[in-house]
Amino acid sequence: MKVAFTLNGTVAEWEGAPVTRLVAALRDDLGCTGTKIGCDAGDCGACTVLLDGRQVCSCLVAMGQVEGRTVETVEGLALPEMLAALQASFLAHGAAQCGICTPGMLIAAEELVRRTVRPTRAEVEDFLGGVLCRCTGYSKIVDAVMEVTSPVGEPDPAAGEAVGARLSRVDGIAKVTGRDAFGADAIPADALWIRVVRSPHARARFTLGDLGPLQKRLAAVLTAGDVPFNGFGIYPDIKDQPVLADGLVRYRGEAVVALVGARAEVLAIRDEEVPIVWAPEPPLFGVDAAIAPDAPLVQADRPRNLLLEGGVKRGDAGAAFADCAAVAEGVFETAFVEHAYIEPEAGWAERVGDRIEIHVTTQTPYMDRDEVANVMRLRPEAVRIVPTACGGGFGGKLDLSVQPLVGIAAWKLGRPVACVYTRPESMAASTKRHPARVAAKFGCDVDGKLVACDVRATFDTGAYASWGPTVANRVPVHAMGPYAVPNVRTWGEAFFTNGPPAGAFRGFGVPQAAIAHEAMMDELADAMGIDRLEFRHRNALRVGDTTATGQVLAHSAGLAQCLDALRPAWREAQEKAAAFNAKGGTHRRGVGVGCMWYGIGNTSMSNPSRMRIGLSPAGSLTLYNGAVDIGQGSNTIMVQIAADAVGLPASQFALVAGDTDLTTDAGKTSASRQTFVSGKAAEKAGQDLRQQILRLANAGPDACLSLEGAKLTVRDGAEVRTIDLATAGPLMGEGVFDPPTTPLDADGQGVPYATYAFAAQMAEVEVDIELGTVKVLRIVAAHDVGKAINPTLVEGQIQGGVAQGLGLALMEEYLPGRTENLHDYLIPTVGDVPEIECLLIEDREPLGPSGAKGVGEPGLVPTAPAILGAIHHATGVRARRVPLLPHRLREAIVQLKGKTP
Amino acid sequence: MGDYLRPRDLDEALQALTRPCTVLAGGTDFYPARVGRLVTEDVLDIAGIAILRGISETPTGWRLGATTTWSELVEAELPPLFDGLKQAGREVGGRQIQNAGTLAGNLCNASPAADGVPALLALDAEIEIASFAGSRRLALAEFITGVRKTALLSGELVVAIHVPRPPHVARAGFLKLGARRYLVISIAMASAVIEVAEGGVAAARIAVGACSPVAQRLPALEAALVGAAFDGSLADRVEPTHLAPLSPIDDVRGSASYRGEAVLTLLRRLLSGLVS
Ligand SMILES: Cc1cc2nc3c(=O)[nH]c(=O)nc-3n(C[C@H](O)[C@H](O)[C@H](O)COP(=O)(O)OP(=O)(O)OC[C@H]3O[C@@H](n4cnc5c(N)ncnc54)[C@H](O)[C@@H]3O)c2cc1C
Ligand code: FES
Ligand code: FES
Repeated sequence: MKVAFTLNGTVAEWEGAPVTRLVAALRDDLGCTGTKIGCDAGDCGACTVLLDGRQVCSCLVAMGQVEGRTVETVEGLALPEMLAALQASFLAHGAAQCGICTPGMLIAAEELVRRTVRPTRAEVEDFLGGVLCRCTGYSKIVDAVMEVTSPVGEPDPAAGEAVGARLSRVDGIAKVTGRDAFGADAIPADALWIRVVRSPHARARFTLGDLGPLQKRLAAVLTAGDVPFNGFGIYPDIKDQPVLADGLVRYRGEAVVALVGARAEVLAIRDEEVPIVWAPEPPLFGVDAAIAPDAPLVQADRPRNLLLEGGVKRGDAGAAFADCAAVAEGVFETAFVEHAYIEPEAGWAERVGDRIEIHVTTQTPYMDRDEVANVMRLRPEAVRIVPTACGGGFGGKLDLSVQPLVGIAAWKLGRPVACVYTRPESMAASTKRHPARVAAKFGCDVDGKLVACDVRATFDTGAYASWGPTVANRVPVHAMGPYAVPNVRTWGEAFFTNGPPAGAFRGFGVPQAAIAHEAMMDELADAMGIDRLEFRHRNALRVGDTTATGQVLAHSAGLAQCLDALRPAWREAQEKAAAFNAKGGTHRRGVGVGCMWYGIGNTSMSNPSRMRIGLSPAGSLTLYNGAVDIGQGSNTIMVQIAADAVGLPASQFALVAGDTDLTTDAGKTSASRQTFVSGKAAEKAGQDLRQQILRLANAGPDACLSLEGAKLTVRDGAEVRTIDLATAGPLMGEGVFDPPTTPLDADGQGVPYATYAFAAQMAEVEVDIELGTVKVLRIVAAHDVGKAINPTLVEGQIQGGVAQGLGLALMEEYLPGRTENLHDYLIPTVGDVPEIECLLIEDREPLGPSGAKGVGEPGLVPTAPAILGAIHHATGVRARRVPLLPHRLREAIVQLKGKTP
Repeated sequence: MGDYLRPRDLDEALQALTRPCTVLAGGTDFYPARVGRLVTEDVLDIAGIAILRGISETPTGWRLGATTTWSELVEAELPPLFDGLKQAGREVGGRQIQNAGTLAGNLCNASPAADGVPALLALDAEIEIASFAGSRRLALAEFITGVRKTALLSGELVVAIHVPRPPHVARAGFLKLGARRYLVISIAMASAVIEVAEGGVAAARIAVGACSPVAQRLPALEAALVGAAFDGSLADRVEPTHLAPLSPIDDVRGSASYRGEAVLTLLRRLLSGLVS
């Protein structure tokens, strides 16, 4: 059928099956890839367009219904050569992080600002309520819409003034215009598609029947036998996860068969048509099942189903408890948590001669390159990874997803091959946050000083190792919290189950442990009659203190300063809550505080970054940056750091990012390491280039540089020299940084991290006592970041982390087979996240670039503890299990009432 | 690929329905049920049929066209009798869903958690059904017969929802309980219409959703309210025994016992809200 309609003000004609979703027609046929697909089910709003001026999900509209109507997409917002006011406001406010939700947000906001240019917060929430954002915590988006008529924004910083400036994202215009190409946005038209057939069982053996008929219909049907080396995994010695299962599946959602063919063909084949004969076995769910004496093994070579265990020991915790004035104890449990990035896994591959090129949404191009090479039995140099824009990762795009499948298929077939996960597929197949059971015991003396701590953290690592070892290693180091405790015993252990593989998720297990140690701080403070904030202040790790691993903190330990900064808001909130509660009624308010520390970079492991800055004979200045920006803003921060190190304005930098053929390895975007590690490498690269320039000009260290075309001018006091790059170039500065750490011994003693981030957050909540619902009213977040290279981006990281922490505390629980979509698995909407105030503390870290540390993960860690503490303050209920869903909180309130006379 | 028909008039649609095909209105339930699949069935798109859309007053009440969207309902000028239904409309999904999703679609989808059902039960709504052979009317309570089951026979289409004009001035409300602010499937919801005469309750219609396979009226509670003074004491009349028609279950959103208890709270608040 032919459909004629108006698209962004011009007449459009489209031909195809009228039941085709509008979003598919826009993206596949009409070139409007600015409209995104996050779920195809109305749940995420990434596909929001205006239909006759009203916002709708274009994934729910049939093309047959579009005839004669008007459709507006993000591509229609900008005026020629100029951003629309809304786009400019989004850019200036830092409202786009990864940018995958941005087109939908802009369109939803556009419907509102056409009605009123000065909307209230409530109106903004109502109009944006149907678009999910996983990155920003919505704060800056709401600000951008409310302040659309007066966008903030600073002029481009001059040479030497980039660090510390609120520079707009260097990749921001592409994000607010919908031009940024994500994993599914630039797939070649002639690409074949893969649809993966996945296990409906958590544990089963299977045999494949005759695939011949399917093979005849399709370009290829890939099975385990087609994978040259059928195992991948994060650790060089643990390649335990098959690309395609070989007769045995260990979790629901595991990949079994890959159907390769024309897109419509592979989509038309139902799972039932693929001859797989299943023999399901009783699955092991939860750690208790996995450690039962007669439990079958998940991995044949892993006795006791144990992945890893280890701990930290200092002093004599066992004996020290005897002398404590107060001791608190508790066991805390958390669930599988889904990353829920709005962009599902996507990418495509193409064979170029004897090399394979893979375009993919990823957090770690260099690890992808090595993993794909290993699986395909190629040399790493034969694999090129070209990261697309990444629509959110949070740890979930550190593991392989589509890469080996599209690689193997494209290699075999000599044609481009693409794969885009559906939302349920993404949720079933990808890694999760580790469910934890944390048993904690803390004791303090009569002065409220911590004396001893004993923490045992037991993790469900799911079917495959993934990042399980990282979690089990990191948690014992952090489990005592950011406090000086002389007697410590911590233990981390991870067990295989038939749950989804638990991997990396913002915080690597530390958020789970923080729920436990912060509950203990509250209880000890209460027992000693000390204010909860002051108790933490008294025990905060400070410069000069020795950590439980025996590391002396020489610099940059700003927890006490964070708590000082929170104190005024804390006191005010306490008073407000008391006044509110004095009125009685069905709602009660409470205030809570949570603290955290977080080691930046890998635990006791080398994790170097290498950066290059080139100055070409034509005078183009380019940062070759192997660190991928997954929305957190590293592209911008690296340019800011490099610019000041060289001494030229940030606006003169071009950026080549991520491509493994064009950049150098800057490691993974994980462990909050990019600003600190890669930023330092960028700073060194800039300094190196500057040195070369100064040497050429024979100038002193304080000389000022300016670049115009191929002419580089060096002013040193009164002397001015000009370098003609056409003859002197090309120049290349290089910098490498690997944070200094040492291995941990059997008692966990050593220097696991070169530096730590610290933070304290405060939450105000209102609990509906009768229904058990919680409204978070306000979060104040004080973070010691060393130095805020770009305060807007730092705030964005904190606010986004807070929203995820809120979800962890109150609503998020992944249950295989039951919450595999974004309407049964709930993440916070704009109406759930309150205003988040950020207080930035800058206790300089001399190792970091301009004194900076990391902030990617820390934003999330203290939030759940602060919220849970506030709920306790309001109701007396101490949550032992998260998420604290309304029915769980209500049941606990009833139980507590029963107990108190 | 199946056929796709988008008739402009009802007769054509009813004619088309004489052979099996799937009705498509706002698509907000249709497409989510087809993620990652090619749509191959024959589809009858009824969204372009003008007489199925919009709200009008009739001698006996109001006619809500089947394909009236939630947004159209919320923006329509209607008496306070419709406040509950409008509040339900504002709680359906987010704005995008309200702009596309239709009233009849919500009923035909027959989800136990459909927000429109308790509100329309409290309005004593009747469903007008048409087929090529003729038309009939059913009370809403008889129309939805189970989880995702309705009394629609093959070849039948919902044409309109009829709301009778009550003899007395009426107040109405709706309360929804969910675990987040927008885009949330109800854990439980309740709706009430109270007719008031001479300061007392002349008639009461109260329904609860997401606590039984099909949303239920609560006749015992309704009876307990009739004759009561229309004031703050109304909420005190709610008793646990009034919930007998409900059979809440445990699921990912809440436990059965929590649902039962929460409904009592919702009902009390709903009634207090109506008198204030
Ligand atoms: C993200 C999201 C959030 C949602 N939130 C809510 C919510 O909070 N509360 C809630 O109650 N619902 C919610 N829904 C469900 C849905 O939006 C509503 O049920 C909506 O009213 C359905 O109407 P529709 O026109 O889109 O139905 P369609 O998808 O077009 O049709 C639904 C079903 O009804 C049949 N049908 C439709 N019209 C007729 C007719 N006139 N005669 C016969 N059969 C017909 C169709 O064949 C189909 O089986 C949500 C949906 C999504 C995607
Ligand atoms: S893609 Fe349409 S709502 Fe998610
Ligand atoms: S910026 Fe909103 S999802 Fe990433």
